[in-house]
Amino acid sequence: MSLDKVRVVFLGDTGCGKSSLVNLIANNEVLANSWTTVGCQIEVKLHEYKEDTSHQKQFFIELFDVGGSISHKISRNIFYQQINGIVLVHDLTNRKSQDNLKNWLFEIINKDGKDVLKGTNASADDMDTEQFLGICQLHLQIPILVVGTKNDLIDEKQRKLSKNLAFAQELGAEEIYINSRELRSIQAGSTNAVKLQKFFDKVIERKYFTRDNSTFYDRQRKIAGLQSPLSESNRYFSPFTSPTIVDIDNNNNI
Amino acid sequence: MTFFKDTLVILISQVVFFIGGLIFFVKQLFKNYEIKDIKVQVIFSSTFALSLTLFLLIIFEIVGFLDSSSRFFHWRLSLISILVMVVAVIPYYIAFSLISNIRIVSSRYSTPLTIILWLGFFYCFWRIGDKFPLLSVNAQMFSIEQGVSRIGVIGVTVMAILSGFGAVNFPFTNMNYFIHPVTQNDVINTERKLLQTLDMIIAKKKRIALEKKNRQKQQNTTKNSFWGLISSVANKSSMSENIGQLRLEISGLEELARQLFLELTDMKNMQERQKWSSTWQGKYFNFLGLFFSFYCVWKILMCTINIVFDRVGKKDVVTRGIEIAIHWLGFQFDATFWSQHISFFLVGCIVVTSIRGLLITLTKFFYSISSSRSSNIIVLILAQLMGMYFCSSVLLLRMNMPAEYRVIITEVLSGLQFNFFHRWFDVIFLLSALSSIFLLFIIRKPLVMTENSASTSFDHNN
Repeated sequence: MSLDKVRVVFLGDTGCGKSSLVNLIANNEVLANSWTTVGCQIEVKLHEYKEDTSHQKQFFIELFDVGGSISHKISRNIFYQQINGIVLVHDLTNRKSQDNLKNWLFEIINKDGKDVLKGTNASADDMDTEQFLGICQLHLQIPILVVGTKNDLIDEKQRKLSKNLAFAQELGAEEIYINSRELRSIQAGSTNAVKLQKFFDKVIERKYFTRDNSTFYDRQRKIAGLQSPLSESNRYFSPFTSPTIVDIDNNNNI
Repeated sequence: MTFFKDTLVILISQVVFFIGGLIFFVKQLFKNYEIKDIKVQVIFSSTFALSLTLFLLIIFEIVGFLDSSSRFFHWRLSLISILVMVVAVIPYYIAFSLISNIRIVSSRYSTPLTIILWLGFFYCFWRIGDKFPLLSVNAQMFSIEQGVSRIGVIGVTVMAILSGFGAVNFPFTNMNYFIHPVTQNDVINTERKLLQTLDMIIAKKKRIALEKKNRQKQQNTTKNSFWGLISSVANKSSMSENIGQLRLEISGLEELARQLFLELTDMKNMQERQKWSSTWQGKYFNFLGLFFSFYCVWKILMCTINIVFDRVGKKDVVTRGIEIAIHWLGFQFDATFWSQHISFFLVGCIVVTSIRGLLITLTKFFYSISSSRSSNIIVLILAQLMGMYFCSSVLLLRMNMPAEYRVIITEVLSGLQFNFFHRWFDVIFLLSALSSIFLLFIIRKPLVMTENSASTSFDHNN
């Protein structure tokens, strides 16, 4: 089990369909009955990096489906460590959930409790969207994907309206619309599947194949004495590129 | 001419209340949802506006603002409109939304089904009244009193439950006595345990993913030979056993992770509360909590005495207070003059705090149980509760006003047995306060216990 891993976190308002989406991506099946997620539900997916090319390699993708209830906000930041990718999920039938994605980004930027935006405006709500997203780009350097769920419950007119308010465009991220109750949504070869593949490849690339050390890694929460019982050595040397290396942080390779 | 002027005044204030209700709806209640059906908004705001008109008329009665006949007319009008809303309009829309949400029913049948549901509701509503001694013997069949009395019973029940729970909960959440101390070490330990559990879950899930992948590979390659068939069957069963075992372990670990997360949230909330209790606001609320706990104990005693000795007060608080002040404490002042001002002040306070309290409770309730599909129905139910609540608080308010100001209520609702409502309030308040004390006590006990048990069980696993 010496495959490398990346961690992708799924954020969004409660009731948006994150658990169904994660289940669809990881297990390729439709979630029969869903309850509101308490804490964090983790799924694991084996991903072929650069499939059908000579550089093909297997990676583990850990999908962290973080519960969105407001009452759990105070302790959610424990899940935001060592993140390599963010998926923002919003509900296409509820336009407010797209507006709230800003607040989610804000929460993850401030996960250490330090107010990153001190000196600028106080909260994500009063801030100008462009300004805010600019700060996000600066601090995150992490690939972001925006997913709109419940695609089957809206009609064409609403879909066009939703595209016009696209939060994703402003963020410079890709966006896909999904109906988590249908397997065909991410069937291999469909546009959604291709975008998803590209996103995961980008996440892996950003972590393992570039020197660009994101500021996010530096802000790890040092928890006293944390040593996972299954940890091994933690340097990765890629045989596919020249040996200029990558991350010297505490990754636990399994 | 005065009638028109008075009507205009009341209409303007109703419009103001309506707009206030709209703003509350959009900014507070429906903060996270898109408003798709504007009827719901209108219904909520108009119920709000009508209820507030009732309060406004009482205050006008005390102050003597408008002409008394126009007050009387508007009083009747508002009561009838609230009755129509709460008994006819809102239940109809609730039934309609429920039925249109169920997908099995086609839209052709929705209207007849809604009417049937509404008739059923109306029948139940009527039957409630027969169980209680609400009206005096000489009341008519289809009058305002019939409707208001039934609304009153339900509303008084809701009021008593809310005040009973509120009176007990306030000291519990605000007094320093009830904070159990949480150190940073505890928090760090729980976080560590949670992360370790998550790591274990991830490791096991990775094993399952790899096994599944291997199984797929094996299925693809060893299909042909006879020996391959047998070995593939044997491998498959052992692999599925493996996977089954792993899945069991994972579900156990996931449950543990959830528990740890909830504990962590509680601990962090307790830390926040500890920090807050050392601020000025915290100290002030601590003092208020002490005051409230005394009030709660006194009220429970009074209710018990009232029930046991079958006593119902005849005099209201204001007159009794003035009497005590004059006779026992020796203050000399003009009773009639001051009684008006004091009752105005008292009634005003009660009205404002009950409106504010109800809106806050509604908001909390709405946030905790609504989802994007059910938000409309829940708002309609809340509007219904709000109408009933305000209507019955008007009935109970009668107790707090001196005799000369009760005239308007007594005139319109002459057939009602007001004493019954007070007795009913006492009973339900007592029940609610005692059961909240009991519940809160039970909820706290296991919390302290699970912290200890989780730590010991985890150490065993390690």
